[in-house]
Amino acid sequence: MTRRPVDTGDPDRLYMVTGGRSRADDAFDLVTLVVSECEPTAGMQSEHVRILEMCRHPTAVVEISAELKLPITVVRILLGDLLAMGRITARHPRAAQSVASLPDSALLKEVLHGLRNL
Amino acid sequence: MGSATSELPSQRTPLADAAETGLKIVIVGGFGVGKTTLVRSVSEIRPLNTEEVMTQAGVGVDDTSEVAGKTTTTVAFDFGRISLNERMVLYLFGAPGQERFWFLWDRLFSGTLGAVVLVDTRRMDESWYAIDRLEHHKLPFVVAVNRFDDETTRYSLDEIRQSLALPEHVPLIDCDARVRQSGKDVLITLVDHLYALATAQETT
Repeated sequence: MTRRPVDTGDPDRLYMVTGGRSRADDAFDLVTLVVSECEPTAGMQSEHVRILEMCRHPTAVVEISAELKLPITVVRILLGDLLAMGRITARHPRAAQSVASLPDSALLKEVLHGLRNL
Repeated sequence: MGSATSELPSQRTPLADAAETGLKIVIVGGFGVGKTTLVRSVSEIRPLNTEEVMTQAGVGVDDTSEVAGKTTTTVAFDFGRISLNERMVLYLFGAPGQERFWFLWDRLFSGTLGAVVLVDTRRMDESWYAIDRLEHHKLPFVVAVNRFDDETTRYSLDEIRQSLALPEHVPLIDCDARVRQSGKDVLITLVDHLYALATAQETT
């Protein structure tokens, strides 16, 4: 199978990037912060390389998606690969994950403080 | 390899290395109401854009099938960022609020602190649907009326509250999405509201 350029802009491209998978790792929230734990190595998939380069500093999943111009689901799949290989760590949001449950007031107080100090 | 990437123009502003907690606030409103303007006025980065794709079969359900060969729908949204302190970073999402967007809500916006419904009084009907959906998802929200200069009929907040059938307990404020301080005030109003709800819940 010949590997086509990834920027062809059609659904096939997404299929290629993820090796045909469409089920994402739900553990990655939009605002999960990803940090590289190693440098890219030769022969790595180009998207993996770019993620490792971006995440030398903590970077949110949604920023990776915007930078790579790939849909969230695709980025979650790529991050799942890197996490399984131990090449990244993930800092997940501590806010309540279920809809309709409020975050604790201590957290909100910190948010308020931060906003007022902008 | 490092040199190849450093030659690329990079406008990314990295977060502090201590950043550990990401938070979400969603700004919902119709097309042209000023969502991106509001995000831009308070964000520390130029607003970025991204998208999520879903297969038709995946609408509202968990999709276990392959991407290829399916009709896909794309929902685009933009976002900005505010570093609240060394550890906490708040992401603001501007969301279109049209029907297909809500199918993706649970997948993208579960855990969101709260929402801002941005209202244009010339197109108030677009806000009803957003308010209805937020109530359905039981997400706390505030309503901000983006005042435009060329507004000929200036409705009072009371009239707008009536028109939207907005309950008294939902904060309703005026704003100018272009002005940073005004955008900040909208966010503070929302988080104040959330704080009041959270403390009330914790004491019961």
